[in-house]
Amino acid sequence: MSDADKILDEVTGQDYKYGFVTDIDTDTIPKGLNEDIIRLISAKKNEPGWMTELRLKAYHHWLTMEMPKWAHLDIPEINYQDIIYYAAPRSKPKYQSMDEVDPELVATFDKLGIPLEEQMTLAGVAVDAVMDSVSVKTTYKDTLAELGIIFCSMSEAIAEHPELVQKYLGSVVPYSDNFFSALNMAVFSDGSFCYIPKGVRSPMELSTYFRINAAGTGQFERTLIVAEEGSYVSYLEGCTAPQRDENQLHAAVVEIVVLKDAEVKYSTVQNWYPGDKDGQGGVYNFVTKRGLCRGENSRLSWTQVETGSAITWKYPSTILAGDNSVGEFYSVALTNNCQQADTGTKMIHLGKNTRSRIVSKGISAGRSQNSYRGLVKVGRKASGARNYSQCDSLLIGDQCGAHTFPYIESDNPSAIIEHEATTSKISEDQLLYCNQRCISTEDAVGLIVNGYAKEVLNKLPMEFAIEAQKLLSISLEGSVG
Amino acid sequence: MLLEVKNLHCMVDGKPILKGIDLEVGEGEVHAIMGPNGSGKSTLASVIAGNPKYEVTEGEILYNGKDLLSMDIEERARAGIFLGFQYPVEIPGVSMANFMRMAVNARRAYLGEDPLSAAEFLRLMREKGAVVELDSKLTNRAVNEGFSGGEKKKNEIFQMAMLDPTLAILDETDSGLDIDALRIVATGVNKLKRPDNATVVITHYQRLLDYIIPDYVHVLYKGRIIHTGGKELALVLEEEGYDRIINEYNN
Repeated sequence: MSDADKILDEVTGQDYKYGFVTDIDTDTIPKGLNEDIIRLISAKKNEPGWMTELRLKAYHHWLTMEMPKWAHLDIPEINYQDIIYYAAPRSKPKYQSMDEVDPELVATFDKLGIPLEEQMTLAGVAVDAVMDSVSVKTTYKDTLAELGIIFCSMSEAIAEHPELVQKYLGSVVPYSDNFFSALNMAVFSDGSFCYIPKGVRSPMELSTYFRINAAGTGQFERTLIVAEEGSYVSYLEGCTAPQRDENQLHAAVVEIVVLKDAEVKYSTVQNWYPGDKDGQGGVYNFVTKRGLCRGENSRLSWTQVETGSAITWKYPSTILAGDNSVGEFYSVALTNNCQQADTGTKMIHLGKNTRSRIVSKGISAGRSQNSYRGLVKVGRKASGARNYSQCDSLLIGDQCGAHTFPYIESDNPSAIIEHEATTSKISEDQLLYCNQRCISTEDAVGLIVNGYAKEVLNKLPMEFAIEAQKLLSISLEGSVG
Repeated sequence: MLLEVKNLHCMVDGKPILKGIDLEVGEGEVHAIMGPNGSGKSTLASVIAGNPKYEVTEGEILYNGKDLLSMDIEERARAGIFLGFQYPVEIPGVSMANFMRMAVNARRAYLGEDPLSAAEFLRLMREKGAVVELDSKLTNRAVNEGFSGGEKKKNEIFQMAMLDPTLAILDETDSGLDIDALRIVATGVNKLKRPDNATVVITHYQRLLDYIIPDYVHVLYKGRIIHTGGKELALVLEEEGYDRIINEYNN
């Protein structure tokens, strides 16, 4: 076996470290999807009539749609009637302190190395922990409330802030947008709602940990962030999931509205169960994330580190409607074994002098397929629009694939659009050099991959950057040649 | 004896390159290995360092009396064997500081020492950078990325200084160096010389040996050491070339 083969073999031999099931009672409903199920979900959540109606409208629209097939993904047939659409921890808890939290849940977070206690004490981080579909815990709420910041579960928002939810829910990603956004609106169980009032800078990073936990339960999160004029917020979302044999469907929707002079930073670390090395199991992750820079001088920055899921279909996008608005997208997508990812962004320039920047770093190992798909569109009125895109691919071994599908559509002659792309490989010579300097091949791969992804990792908030670095190394661990 | 190479045979892609090398290197010694192109000099260096591409078919190597061939490349490095590469590779995105910190701490862990703190490490970087007059800006850059030929070679000696090896093998470190860089590199090597370590210098040219004075000079030809002499041998070779020695050997 050559050195490269050995490395490849051991890289692909790496098992998922976070595979476990937390034994918490969950309150589930029967499998399948129909009007009754949707009414049941809505009823279980004590939703007002308008929400039930919105769900039903979305459901009926979804029935007329087909799953998109254009992505560079090999997606097995999904039986939507074989999925449980709602699961909630049995007793809806409203904890005041950590002592009241189910010890099993705390143990789960401990295994992940992100104990809640630590999160709570971490300066400047408020955690809204989502276990399955219902928000279990919200911290730092009082501090935020003093500033008028609303940070709560979507269910709470529907009950307590219906006027805001009605105004903004579906305003950026309407249910009719695509197959998965329709499904999500019909069945979403919970998610996070975040509202930053005019002129307020959130004093802390807002973070949510999502986990999928009930066997055979799809997770349909709905997140809505509204940043009023002149406000600022940095929002973090991170996830890992327990090991599963059957596939789990995940179709989340994230909507962000950024008004005049406001800025939102949205960071994600995604590490759901990717399936075993033969491609059995793993999460199907079909996510719609979109932000609307509605006001002048508004800014939205997406940063994502994607290492998990068997299939990823995800394009965090920004509509630059306000003049001088700025959109950014920084992405590291790592695929190993049999994982498939088709991910990228859309930057839609509508306003004058709008600017966007795309930095995408793909890492493919094992027999995985990793695609970047991006659209830069400049509207007729978007004079002075400017885009810079950089798409890099790093290959580890010779059985994986890296693909780039950049689309550019410009209707304005004054637009300046740049696209740069590179493809590189971790060479045997680089590994040998590291080995001769006492560094094991495993550490060398981690070092090189983190070096390659540094530009994106640097965009993450500090504590997330460290976690993400570890994650990249862990995801490629076992690569000792 | 620090290093004992006994009847070493090695093949690359099924082709025999080394055909029975015998070499002994003791503590405090400097050896020079010279010879015409394709004689196996770099192969010998790679085999001692443990490059898995080279297949040892016969013979043994003892390092401090231990079987070196049973150790993999990073274990040999941690045990104190350093190879200065003829063509150091670039590792984009990985800063010299991060790279060296991982390297130094891996060696320290092998020796049972605690990892260096950030402050101790930076102090060591500054101290050792001075040995080869390495511009401190270079240590903030990615490993060898955008370094000139001379800077890459200086960087090799800098890494050698950082890792404090017991046996350093320098594979044509002098190639591509102008006279100033050559002097700096050679001075660096001399400063690192101690009674308990050793250096093997592989070179084409006598000029390096004006600065690094060898105790022994070996002539490698067609995979065998055909002649060994003192430092004066290098001067003879510079004047006469290898022909006389090769002819004597062939006869």
